[in-house]
Amino acid sequence: MTAVFDWDETRGAEIIAEHAGQEGATLVILHALQEAFGHVPQAAIPMVAKAFNLSRAEVHGVFTFYHDFRHKPAGRHVLKLCRAEACQAAGGDALAARAEARLGVSLGNTTADDRVTLEPIYCLGLCATAPSAMLDGRLIGRLDQKRLDALIAEAQR
Amino acid sequence: MSIRLYVSRDAGAVSVGADEVALALEQAAAKRGIAVEIVRTGSRGLYWLEPLVEVATPQGRIAFGPVTETDVPALFTALADNTPHLLRLGATDEIPWLKRQTRLTFARCGVIDPRSLDDYHAHGGYRGLERALSLGSDAILDEVTASGLRGRGGAGFPTGIKWKTVAQARADRKFIVCNADEGDSGTFADRMIMEGDPFLVIEGMTIAGLTVGATKGYIYIRSEYPHAVEAMNAAIMAARRGGYLGANIGGSKRAFDLEVRVGAGAYVCGEETSLLESLEGRRGIVRAKPPLPAHHGLFGKPTVINNVLSFAAIPFILAEGAKAYADFGMGRSRGTMPIQLAGNIRYGGLFETAFGVTLGELVDDIGGGTFTGRPVRAVQVGGPLGAYFPRALFDTPFDYEAFAARDGLIGHGGIVVFDDSVDMRRQARFAMEFCAIESCGKCTPCRIGSTRGVETIEKIIKGERVSENLALVEDLCNTMKFGSLCALGGFTPYPVLSALKHFREDFAPVPTTLQAAE
Repeated sequence: MTAVFDWDETRGAEIIAEHAGQEGATLVILHALQEAFGHVPQAAIPMVAKAFNLSRAEVHGVFTFYHDFRHKPAGRHVLKLCRAEACQAAGGDALAARAEARLGVSLGNTTADDRVTLEPIYCLGLCATAPSAMLDGRLIGRLDQKRLDALIAEAQR
Repeated sequence: MSIRLYVSRDAGAVSVGADEVALALEQAAAKRGIAVEIVRTGSRGLYWLEPLVEVATPQGRIAFGPVTETDVPALFTALADNTPHLLRLGATDEIPWLKRQTRLTFARCGVIDPRSLDDYHAHGGYRGLERALSLGSDAILDEVTASGLRGRGGAGFPTGIKWKTVAQARADRKFIVCNADEGDSGTFADRMIMEGDPFLVIEGMTIAGLTVGATKGYIYIRSEYPHAVEAMNAAIMAARRGGYLGANIGGSKRAFDLEVRVGAGAYVCGEETSLLESLEGRRGIVRAKPPLPAHHGLFGKPTVINNVLSFAAIPFILAEGAKAYADFGMGRSRGTMPIQLAGNIRYGGLFETAFGVTLGELVDDIGGGTFTGRPVRAVQVGGPLGAYFPRALFDTPFDYEAFAARDGLIGHGGIVVFDDSVDMRRQARFAMEFCAIESCGKCTPCRIGSTRGVETIEKIIKGERVSENLALVEDLCNTMKFGSLCALGGFTPYPVLSALKHFREDFAPVPTTLQAAE
């Protein structure tokens, strides 16, 4: 489970200042902001723009280009299922369908109680122990129905 | 009595319980009052045997696997008392799957402690850099060129020529960039080497820096690889402390330093120009070439951008000489390729071998067929942009040109095996869908073509005007192949067209008019 803190402008400014000296560090800062706040707060975008002498549109463009960056915090737990070919070959399609049915949301969505965000991921590099998943940063290989059900139960707690 | 054990800390091993096994081993040892030292190595790459536990003996390491937490108490007794155990595999080096490989790049992976610079040194590390420091730029370029090394990311461009171009370019700053955005499904060699032998990547990049006159390098690692990011950062710190990065590398007057940058979930950033844009802090939009990155790369400066495995091949080439590397291989594909066997496969993992081994040997003989036990029907070689090959093409040798001649590519060396339950229409649809999700949007054939491709294949799946829509898909693929700016749009047709060509039966029109026969 990832800790999420409310937007704090001072903390945000500190994070930006910490990396502003690194060349081309927009992604570095967006990652750091997301780690601190669980998402990239809208209010931070103009601050990043100012630090790098970019337009707000440019920073917004960077933020929206990458799949990783969130505009609002994820659920308390994030369950990512690999949906790429190696995992498809190893039975990943059925597991994804099962996860969607059990959680009552389709991939890319968060349950109504905000407990679990279910997301597709395209390759964790665990292709010889497929299918694979990641629960809040923890890797799980050789996923099967039983392991998946246990992960879902853990995420719902 | 003290026992030294080896358990992998590789993400693949951890994903199937290596951390729990290591902890259980510690507990079992404490219970018996035996001192143990558990070295957390990289993976040997025999993933069906992970978690693999090795014990040091005077005769070398003895392996046990696959070990689960519950196996540990009995297993610990067996390895402490040297008594038989069901999971005992014998000497690790004698395991046939490992023994028949030619491990030049992966020689140390799974053997050493990836956090220990001393261990790297003790196993021949930094000998390549030492020789490079004594050779000078021109002689290094000669070695790299003579080795025949071609870019291991997939494009297969001769590394020596790329380096020479950057070496000859004049600029106030130059850069070395390591492409560790290993997004192809079925590939994990970059991840393994970064986690299992990170100093090798650092050494290769440092040699590149010396050769072309660059003092700063970046490793762009995808965010899906947190373990690799951690391992590379730890190794960079250790290399700095040990004097192998910084102002005076290896005691010389030459400077070089490295920084890890983390991607943010965009597949297209594995394309080199898109990666450079991303490193500069922008959207990962592909750049038109020319200018080449070698002339106008990161921050507009001459840049060597190579895949992890290309850099990782360099220290061997410098330490042992170009000929030792080029003696392996076939045709214009020299040296070894770390091949990754993945998907529905019985013996999946990392198999490094000289070019020339056939696809059939890799899948049936080495890979042992499927783990479901059903017949192998299709294999996708080279990631999401690689072609699907049927059994009829299993005589294809693993070689850049041989695969190209059969409308395929070896890419980054990943092989994903599918059994006979695969529906090739769905795989063709997925190829288009993936391209649509990941397209950077710059060029029309890729951005629009992939979406139209998904729609058209869906019509085929529904049985709507199948032959007309098949012709349309083929035409669309042609447009994407020749009209796209980079390999994402340009190569997506490979899986689609190969599915159509070799598995046509899956796309046959569905008989919709049974009633009409009445």
